[in-house]
Amino acid sequence: MFKKALLAGVAVSALTAGSAMAEGISGDKVVIGVLTDLSSVYADVAGKGSIVAVELAVEDFGGTVLGKPIEVVSADHQNKPDIASNIAREWIDAKGVDVITDLVTSSVGLAVQGIGGEKGVVTINSGAATVRLTQKECTATGFHWIYDTYALAHVTAPAVISGGGDSWYIITADYAFGHSLEADATQVIKDMGATLVGSVRHPFPSADLSSFLLQAQASGAKVVGLANAGQDTINSVKQASEFGIVAGGQKLVALLAFLSDIHSIGLELGQGLNVTTGFYWDMDDETRAFSKKFFDKFGKMPTMVQAADYSSTLHYLKAVAAAGTDDGVTVAAKMKEMPIEDAVIHHGTIAANGGVIHDMYLMEVKKPEESTGEWDLYKLVKTVPGAEAFQDPKASGCALVQ
Amino acid sequence: MFELIGIPPQALFGQLLLGLINGSFYALLSLGLAVIFGMLNVINFAHGALYMLGAFVAWFLLEYAGIGYWGALILAPVVVGLVGIVIEKTMLQRLYKLDHLYGLLFTFGIALILEGAFKHEFGVSGQSYATPALLKGGTNLGFMFLPFYRGWVVVLSILVCLATWYAIEKTRLGSYLRAATENPRLVQAFGINVPVMITLTYGVGVALAGLAGVMAAPIYSVNPLMGSHLIIVVFAVVVIGGMGSIFGAVVSGYMLGLLEGLTKVFLPEASNIVVFVIMVVVLLLRPAGLFGRER
Repeated sequence: MFKKALLAGVAVSALTAGSAMAEGISGDKVVIGVLTDLSSVYADVAGKGSIVAVELAVEDFGGTVLGKPIEVVSADHQNKPDIASNIAREWIDAKGVDVITDLVTSSVGLAVQGIGGEKGVVTINSGAATVRLTQKECTATGFHWIYDTYALAHVTAPAVISGGGDSWYIITADYAFGHSLEADATQVIKDMGATLVGSVRHPFPSADLSSFLLQAQASGAKVVGLANAGQDTINSVKQASEFGIVAGGQKLVALLAFLSDIHSIGLELGQGLNVTTGFYWDMDDETRAFSKKFFDKFGKMPTMVQAADYSSTLHYLKAVAAAGTDDGVTVAAKMKEMPIEDAVIHHGTIAANGGVIHDMYLMEVKKPEESTGEWDLYKLVKTVPGAEAFQDPKASGCALVQ
Repeated sequence: MFELIGIPPQALFGQLLLGLINGSFYALLSLGLAVIFGMLNVINFAHGALYMLGAFVAWFLLEYAGIGYWGALILAPVVVGLVGIVIEKTMLQRLYKLDHLYGLLFTFGIALILEGAFKHEFGVSGQSYATPALLKGGTNLGFMFLPFYRGWVVVLSILVCLATWYAIEKTRLGSYLRAATENPRLVQAFGINVPVMITLTYGVGVALAGLAGVMAAPIYSVNPLMGSHLIIVVFAVVVIGGMGSIFGAVVSGYMLGLLEGLTKVFLPEASNIVVFVIMVVVLLLRPAGLFGRER
């Protein structure tokens, strides 16, 4: 009996000793884990380029923080939440990872943010899109960087509707991200008095989307909205052109398309598409300078996700330096206090629910004759201020917002 | 206007036609698999990767040699066939005496290597390959808009399937092949070079995959993952048709394309599993497949 009590005492003191170590840098280094899709459909949107972006941020920060080295580790989550969860737990428990970034694919993003919240480790979603990350499922250490489904719907859809596109048919990727984007777009369509004629959900990923496009065509809706991403969007746009959707007078709207997608689709098929993005390389001298550095290392221009990885890593490291520790909860609080100022996001703020508020851009894909180079793909239609583009944190339903 | 099972007939016919188009790819790929399994007893898991290779060869030809779609339609299958022959001659040949499983694992490894190399070199977003000028546009059939190119895919795939079936079932060379499958030693004793015949069979089988790849290039983007997305479904098709049955592979390819098309109307979310549900049912009721023989 006495022995047991003694053991319990030892265990408790060991636990408290653990939490008392919050001061300073754990493990004598800061470890950044880039958990991304290195092999499947989002590997060009995020993938290796995300690792390059994080390394670039570490380099620009100076390679050390508070005199300790910064280490970057990475892994492939294959877009599967179970695999991602296992890696995240192993990283946190065994490898001393202090922050997990990228997290492309919404189902993965939600799962890993949950684990980070439970363990007090900072998680930064720059790849996943679902707005649920900053709603009921928000955590004290979870951040959602450059875009979300709410912003995508609230920048693109109003522009299309006020341009006369008042009846919609939505083609949705059948998983967390697609569902969120569909719900947000539906809300905008209703709020603005337009009608939703119908919608269809396709398996993720799908190579052949012609069936769904044909259903959209038969619906007679003026606008065919694509609530999918990556390869699915590329194939949708290609096949929509094949089946004469745009030629037949319907407007095609890709609610989420990344620079790499448009690059792959090509201007011939992509021209005139509206795209909402939080970053484009050719905006000002700062974005061009960052993008050129990235291009020299990687051979491609950064997508908005990769750019967000750069920005969020830099911001995290600044917060570690300011807080004097790499303890997740402390750093997270610091990150929310500090404004975001870097080459990617100018004048950003972070709300209590972890959502980054900054300007979003509505772009139009250039015509082939307007483009001057391989990556000269967008022209700016309008800049939408962060407060308008992103959900009001008070309405998000996140318990952290007073 | 009357309705069939709750949906207008235009939509139904349209979806059936689309199903037929997808079925064409299933048929063409499962045909090659069935030929290889029937003659070599190898479960060729590299088939999807070689289909992808076909599409990439077409893209290379256009990009670096200026050879367009029609040239690629002939050249790409030849290149893929040659790659297949090299694989067979140098490596696969050594595994015939062993269990099926070794061939399967070997070809699976080849598939992973090919796919990984292309992913490393070209990323996953894919390359655009334009529809040939002659087949651009389409026609309105009344119930749907049919792109000329998709119509061409159906016609060409039916022709190729018929030609392959004819070559194996009705020609002298085909009879040698079938005999060699039954009893290679005896056929060799008659002075026929069986190993060469087997090598050529593998070459032709994978060339069919290469051909399907070229045909797919203008529809999907040319992309390192295109094979692995398709190969699992195609294997299910072969299992349903009956391993090694050429007729079964072709018929079940088209049939499952149609069924999948219908599912996309009635229960779109389930369209990627319907083929596997059918596979389970078929295996339970007829373990050798719909057209297979019990051995």
